Amino acid sequence: MGNKQTVFTHEQLEAYQDCTFFTRKEIMRLFYRYQDLAPQLVPLDYTNCPDVKVPYELIGSMPELKDNPFRQRIAQVFSDDGDGHMTLDNFLDMFSVMSEMAPRDLKAYYAFKIYDFNNDDYICMWDLEQTVTKLTRGELSAEEVTLVCEKVLDEADGDHDGRLSLEDFQNMILRAPDFLSTFHIRI
Amino acid sequence: MAQSLSFVFNVLDTPEDQGQEPSPYDESEMHDSFHQLIQEQSQWAAEEGLELQQMGSGTSGSDHQALLGPEGALAHSTATLRILASMPSRTIGRSRGAIISQYYSRTVELRRRASRPQLGDLGRLARPSLRLYDLELDSTALEEEEKRLLLVKELQGLTVAQRDHMLRAMPLSLAEKRCLREETRIARGRQGHRGLPSCCSRLRYACVLALHDLGLGLLSALHVLTPWRYALKRIGGQFGSSVLSYFLFLKTLLAFNVVLLLPLLAFTVGVQAAFPPEPLGSVPAFTGLELLTGGGRFTDTVMYYGYYSNATLNQLCAAPPDGGPCIPEAGGLPYNMPLAYLFTMGAAFFITCITLVYSMSHSFGESYRVGSTSGAHAITIFCSWDHKVTQKWASCLQHDNIRTRLKELLAEWRLRRGPRSVCGRLKQVAVLGLVWLLCLGITLGCTVAVYTFSEFMIESPVPAEPEGALLALPLVVCLLNLVAPYLYRCLAALERHDSPELEVYVAICRNLILKTVILGILCYHWLGRRVGALKDQCWENFVGQELYRLMMMDFIFTLLDTVFGELVWRLVSEKRRRGRPEFDIARNVLELIYGQTLTWPSSPPLPRLGVLFSPLLPAMQIIKLVLLFYVKKMSLMANCQAPRRPWLASRMSTVFISLLCFPSFLGAAVFLCYAIWQVKPSSLCGPFRTLGTMYEAGKVWVRRLEKGGPGVSWLPWIHQYLVEKTFPIYLVSALLLAVIYLNIQVVKGQRKVICLLKEQISNEGEDKIFLINKLHSVYERKEKSRAGRMQEAAPPPALLTEDQDT
Repeated sequence: MGNKQTVFTHEQLEAYQDCTFFTRKEIMRLFYRYQDLAPQLVPLDYTNCPDVKVPYELIGSMPELKDNPFRQRIAQVFSDDGDGHMTLDNFLDMFSVMSEMAPRDLKAYYAFKIYDFNNDDYICMWDLEQTVTKLTRGELSAEEVTLVCEKVLDEADGDHDGRLSLEDFQNMILRAPDFLSTFHIRI
Repeated sequence: MAQSLSFVFNVLDTPEDQGQEPSPYDESEMHDSFHQLIQEQSQWAAEEGLELQQMGSGTSGSDHQALLGPEGALAHSTATLRILASMPSRTIGRSRGAIISQYYSRTVELRRRASRPQLGDLGRLARPSLRLYDLELDSTALEEEEKRLLLVKELQGLTVAQRDHMLRAMPLSLAEKRCLREETRIARGRQGHRGLPSCCSRLRYACVLALHDLGLGLLSALHVLTPWRYALKRIGGQFGSSVLSYFLFLKTLLAFNVVLLLPLLAFTVGVQAAFPPEPLGSVPAFTGLELLTGGGRFTDTVMYYGYYSNATLNQLCAAPPDGGPCIPEAGGLPYNMPLAYLFTMGAAFFITCITLVYSMSHSFGESYRVGSTSGAHAITIFCSWDHKVTQKWASCLQHDNIRTRLKELLAEWRLRRGPRSVCGRLKQVAVLGLVWLLCLGITLGCTVAVYTFSEFMIESPVPAEPEGALLALPLVVCLLNLVAPYLYRCLAALERHDSPELEVYVAICRNLILKTVILGILCYHWLGRRVGALKDQCWENFVGQELYRLMMMDFIFTLLDTVFGELVWRLVSEKRRRGRPEFDIARNVLELIYGQTLTWPSSPPLPRLGVLFSPLLPAMQIIKLVLLFYVKKMSLMANCQAPRRPWLASRMSTVFISLLCFPSFLGAAVFLCYAIWQVKPSSLCGPFRTLGTMYEAGKVWVRRLEKGGPGVSWLPWIHQYLVEKTFPIYLVSALLLAVIYLNIQVVKGQRKVICLLKEQISNEGEDKIFLINKLHSVYERKEKSRAGRMQEAAPPPALLTEDQDT
């Protein structure tokens, strides 16, 4: 079945297979999901690598993402320019990292980038407040949010500089047994 | 606790710095300027003597307040900010160069793991160390392009599988990974053409590629065969990870049963079906009742132990003189059925054992980590949002859960819940004690009921028909198994635990005690009493039939309970406006484990009870599990809601598999060993008809081997010295204990190291703050002195304006 498809060349499919955690069949299935998002925009022939980006609004309306409070950050982290518009490569990358076969280190790295709202390579107080607000849909008072963020920094900040670096985050996350099962999108 | 400093880096706000905004790619330049600065500073320190020491004492770790500026936030000079922007820790996250360096060193370590580094390669460095491979610490600061080339070169040295593994784990974008892969292949290809590949290496390469493709093909096929992918996605989407863990466990059990069934089918059932023995008596007609009782028409079939012949099949014998051993004639492959039966059981046993122990250790390794943090807030914020959830109302529920959890945590912290009043604690202990007493009482009651009923069944004459009467004991057992857990659930509502995890563990404990005790009574009833009562008949068949009946009854009751019980509960709950019931994970998992304990014969460590007496039970268990999946899913979607309190699903699966291994393992092992070594097989049926115990089949065979000749003499020797004597067992146990002790010590050591490293990180943080403030003060002094010099040189502006005015 995989040999008869005309979307990718054999080499392209092999490359995708080697660089993601998906098999041929899954890559084709993901391609058709991507294509369904914007049928007029996405061509059915990728052999000459067309430069096509699906806008963020369509990505964010996917059933797997539409109720996720972090969908915008996820799309921004995996897109080329940080604006949420994704090429097919970005799309495959996103679901590959969020699949269950991705190792912890990789997931922790991308989780850090997702929670780093201002892209300054640290999760600072402001980032934490944004995260808490998104998680609780703004139903906690400002004072409670600040309190929670301070406690998080207390628990996770190893070098006491008032924000979480990638190492702090990894130290904390990699030891949480639940991280692998929750940071996972099934598609 | 830690004092958190907030640094306000207004790098973007300083307009003059916009053009000179340091990009993460200018690392090498920035490092140089940093070195220069340190040199300048140390010069000044030498000039100014003791000032460093004074500053050092002033900025001790606990005295951060002295470093804050008047506004409460540190304001740094632009030069300091430029340097800070280029610190390696700032650029690790974003800089491709840093990622490439990191993965270069990892790749090299991977490649060199098998072989030690050549001494000749260590060239310039005085002492070889792993830092040899770290590009970031290499004094020759390389451009990103050069680093990339080095990485490509290293990747070529790996095998294809290792390269793919490395590529997949790199946090680079997919396009970059594809480029790296292309470059690796091109370079490798070029090398291949340049040299003269020998036939051997080309053949080897072709074999490797073929195997790789085969592996990928198998993987795709496996994904196709993976059942219920969409169903699991829906369940995870609506109910979250914890309920999903039950269904994943069901799938695991299915896999185990399939693995169990295959060797059995191949070596015992299939062969016996091909060579059926003569029928003993008249074959009764098929009535529908056989499906429930397993008797009647099914008695004399491959389903039960009794059908299997005790002779060597397919062996054409000459008429043996004096009843001696059969002299095989030419033609035909002799197949010793008793031996095959015993060995197949043993082999399936070991395979299951190893698979189970491996999956348990793998699962354990995933969920428990040395030095696990107990940061409840951090974990709630970062790990509790389940990205699998896809339904609107389910994600609303998650939002509510997280908000409630955060509020609870804050409330706990606010109230600083210290020791509760003595009265309150006593009350809680009393309630706990009472509930446990009641539960144990219920268990005792059930046990006594089963025991008396089984004795009653033995005492009263067992009629051949009506067969329906045989269903009485399984009926009673299943009823008790159904009612008691509901009672436990009602009683558990009285006690209030802090964590939902503890509630589940306690529920699992109680249900486990109940089921273990009932199973124990049943085993005693079968092996102890029935064997005696059925001296002249085929007791193994009877036990097999009993197991079959028990399994069928259990299945029917589970179905009825799922379909009606949860429906009734939902109607009652909705009437009381309490919302739908939650899916009771603990009870359902224990039911699965209980069903598997009845069936699992070949699971690893030990064949479970049933297989020995009814080799086709795994097939029935497979059918039962498949049906159960659909029924449970249907009931879940219709009747239940997601659990109110979030709990750790990953640890749950470890607990489930451990429960599958340990109580079942021990119980089935004891049962099986007793059955094989002690109990006399019945003399009328089965492959061990004429022997004293089942184990004697092995002994007989070993004795025959001894006579066989010197070629196979090692096997009897092994049997004599390793199996019969007890010394090797002691030796093996001692070795096991030693290994366990070593592992415990290693874990202790790791914990200590983690503590030390945490301290070191904290110290490094303080060092960093100290250095930053030192930099700041140095620059401030520099600018002050520069401003002072400029002021001396230029005329005061006031004089100028006065001159102009006049």
